[in-house]
Amino acid sequence: MLRPPGWPHARPLFDLEGKMPKKYHVPIKAAPPRFNPVGKYATIEFREDCAGSCRECVKKKCVYGIFQENVQHMADMDEPEYLYACQSCFRCVQECTKGIFSRVINPEYRSLGDEYWQPDIIHRTWYQAHTGKIPVSGAGYRGPFSGQGFDSMWTDMSEIVRPTRDGIHGREYISTSIELSRRNARLVFGKDRSLAVDTPPIFEVPFPAVFQQPRFGVLSENVLQAAARAAYVLGTILFINPDYYSENFAPYQEGLVPCLNKKNYMDFLNQAPKIRMIELADEDGIESEIFKLRDRRPDMIVSIGVPLNAQAAARAPLLARSGVDTIHLYADDYGREQESKTPRFLKEMIREVHLNLVEHLVRNRVNLIFSGGVALAEHVAKAVICGADGVAIDIPLLIALECRLCYRCKEGMSCPVKLGNIDPEWGKQRMINLMGAWRNQLIEVMGAMGIREARRLRGEVGRSMWFEDLEKENFGPIFGERKVSSTV
Amino acid sequence: MKTKREKRQLPEVKKTPSRFRHPIGKYTIKRNARCTSCGLCAEICPYGVHPRYDNFVKPLRPQEHKCIGFQCRSNDFFCVERCPEQALTMRLNPILDTLGDYRWPAEMLIGHWEMAETGSLPVVDVEYNLGNSGGGFDKIRFVPPDPADYLELPDEEIDTSVLLNKRGDGRPERTIDIPCYGGGMSFGSTALDVIVGRARAAQRLNSLTSTGEGGYPDEFLPYAEHVITQVATGLFGVRERTILNAPVVEFKYAQGAKPGLGGHLLGDKVTPKVAAMRETVVGNALFSPFPFHSVYSVEDHKKHVDWVKEINPRVLVSVKVSTPTDVDMVAVGSYYAGAHIVHIDGSYGGTGAAPDIAKKNIAMPIEYAIPKVHRFLSEEGVRDKICLIASGGIRNAMDVAKAIALGADGVVIGTADMVALECVRCGNCESGRGCARGIASTDEELGYLTTEAWNEQRIVNMYSAWRKQWCQILRQYGMRSIRELTGRTDLLVHLDYLDEEARARYQPAPQVKMII
Repeated sequence: MLRPPGWPHARPLFDLEGKMPKKYHVPIKAAPPRFNPVGKYATIEFREDCAGSCRECVKKKCVYGIFQENVQHMADMDEPEYLYACQSCFRCVQECTKGIFSRVINPEYRSLGDEYWQPDIIHRTWYQAHTGKIPVSGAGYRGPFSGQGFDSMWTDMSEIVRPTRDGIHGREYISTSIELSRRNARLVFGKDRSLAVDTPPIFEVPFPAVFQQPRFGVLSENVLQAAARAAYVLGTILFINPDYYSENFAPYQEGLVPCLNKKNYMDFLNQAPKIRMIELADEDGIESEIFKLRDRRPDMIVSIGVPLNAQAAARAPLLARSGVDTIHLYADDYGREQESKTPRFLKEMIREVHLNLVEHLVRNRVNLIFSGGVALAEHVAKAVICGADGVAIDIPLLIALECRLCYRCKEGMSCPVKLGNIDPEWGKQRMINLMGAWRNQLIEVMGAMGIREARRLRGEVGRSMWFEDLEKENFGPIFGERKVSSTV
Repeated sequence: MKTKREKRQLPEVKKTPSRFRHPIGKYTIKRNARCTSCGLCAEICPYGVHPRYDNFVKPLRPQEHKCIGFQCRSNDFFCVERCPEQALTMRLNPILDTLGDYRWPAEMLIGHWEMAETGSLPVVDVEYNLGNSGGGFDKIRFVPPDPADYLELPDEEIDTSVLLNKRGDGRPERTIDIPCYGGGMSFGSTALDVIVGRARAAQRLNSLTSTGEGGYPDEFLPYAEHVITQVATGLFGVRERTILNAPVVEFKYAQGAKPGLGGHLLGDKVTPKVAAMRETVVGNALFSPFPFHSVYSVEDHKKHVDWVKEINPRVLVSVKVSTPTDVDMVAVGSYYAGAHIVHIDGSYGGTGAAPDIAKKNIAMPIEYAIPKVHRFLSEEGVRDKICLIASGGIRNAMDVAKAIALGADGVVIGTADMVALECVRCGNCESGRGCARGIASTDEELGYLTTEAWNEQRIVNMYSAWRKQWCQILRQYGMRSIRELTGRTDLLVHLDYLDEEARARYQPAPQVKMII
């Protein structure tokens, strides 16, 4: 079985005299931010009204101690820490003897990201990249009832069925790995019970979210090194633009998937012989090129990069029959259909491609990776439920490195968090932490659903609930026909 | 059902001001240096915005949260206008931008603080009935009543009680006087004074509260008739004694905020007292297993129910489940296993700690689950034999009424109780020393910021205000009892199911983009 290098394939799969199976483990380690993360709230202080030494100063009493370093910040002419660390308990506002405190939403926080990549998403991603922990909080859900795209579906749960009977301690028995390699429809055995067909190589990644080089951003060598090293350690893959490849990436090339075309791929493979998976752009005559490639390199895992547009669903069965291992479908950065005036969202597009393959009876021959707009751990689970084998993430990798999605780089301006100069080792750890947190969240959701294998989750819409269906089933008999078609 | 002319003794409402020096209001009133402390504003304001004491002549900071705002302009006691020195200014409080969220907007929080303070419906023009979530309860409205149906009845003569045991199995036919009881909050997640305050309030309201899964502190014993013992997967504090104490035992199979996951109590909150109560190690996080390891089927579940019934012959059994797609089947299974109450907890419910991914994404909102379960129980012919209780995202009196009209008998409330105690929903209950406002904390300092008596009265006040709303709804529809409202979906409309013209007749759903 071919496994990317970080996967403990080189080590025995069993230890303790063969009794204990090795478990996949993400090496999480705190990687503090280089800059103060932009906080949501800014505390306003009308100091001219301060009573002076009233001995009840709320700054000294702050439960979170956010004003402790205040004097030091002032001395350093630095931004005060309380711009970033306020936990929103309102006690200073409500307890100050003279009432000199108020708060506003930090204007810098409002400027993070855009309509899709919202400040909250960026903030949570920073937290996960820093700590590697799942975001846990008190109080109930605080968002809209439902929304567009993935926000119009819920995952199901089971009251008593568990993938393991060990509760939280059995979570290590939940497998999140997926295959990106093609497979035989059936096995054939000889009279002596030996295998009578060649089996293609098995290429497995441990988590249904792989890495992809972002389409924009400060893509310095340090940034890409961080991504390549993180992919290597995690045992996953990084789809990379070959123009950015250099000898420095050679140690990690087993986890790299260069995005090539039929003209240049052979040259590249000569340059990087340890590459085990490549992606070729979908173009005329690609089927015959795949045939040639199979002849030369039967062990090579081949992905075809296809824009996620109106033709994608029809194209997928043809590619599946041509013997590719994986089809990588690219939505835009907001998870929308490409080349459309009324673009559909990833959720609907995944369903269309997946179901068309099912209809053509070739779904099991090929694997589907979707990229673009995957912003949260929940999107991984929901994309897989819709029918993807996995997703490729790009922008979250930049956010893990403290990117604020200010898009200054698109206009050739400087990066406020100096992404170009990061230490690749630090960046690697931030990405590992993010994936560790995402994987744990996927396990939470799978555990609740009673699903033990990520591969079993693919297309399993029965383990989800969709806004339209719930409305029709539960509100339809009461309120009749829905007159507003959009979700909110 | 109680008779028509029977007058109920309602619990006493007492003014219970905020614990904080500066309660947050919708408006700000600023007094500038021109003020000569003439006292006119204090004299004319009927809402008490301008406090003044006989023996103290200097101006005091206005009680801004009592100000009724710009609607006061038409009054002859509008202080801003009448001030001879023009020393007063009024504005919308800018801090509202930073308070609340889609489900509990700032005005809903402020409205509930006022109810908890006064025991009456807010006089300030805050929207406390609708959230900003853009769906579910926030888009459901009651149809306009026929004026001919109106009943001239005082609140004392309207029945808001709910019968918990409909099985007719010889066990007590227990009723609660309001269609709500308190959701489980454990010792560990929540301050002792808070949970005991809730129990005291439950006693005054003739309702119930639940221990949660953190054990049964002795402080509950004086109110034991109003305290549900929760049997959750961690089994903390589940003893023969605590089963015998309880009028109702609640099996918690799942919680709406984290369906499919066990209880979470992070390490910092496992203080020596909490650890002693739960017989665990100080500082070690407690993740309860999921699910019950002894339950694989409805038959196994029945074994649990029988076991509890055998120990306590007068106990009623509640089964708390989350809202998966087959929640209707689960509800019927619970009935056949012998439960008196099936309690469905929707996905937007409250919690002391839960992964954000679980809160948002797992299981269905309660608005869908109530009619689904109600319908299925009716089709199975057992709806009249079981009490259907809903929870999870039911925030205010109107949500309660809507939930009942959708098919529930009553509801369970958690977050609103906390809001009555001045929770701001900052969401930091789970970590460090816990709640900075002294509600969800067992920290040596933070866990003792409130008193049982204050907590009790604030909660009693809030439900007293809610009861006024329920009575008004029932009067309008010519109903004498809230039990008549159950399943009356004909009294509801959903804005998204109306054409534009019909929709215009109803209050639109708030749709404000928020930063959360």
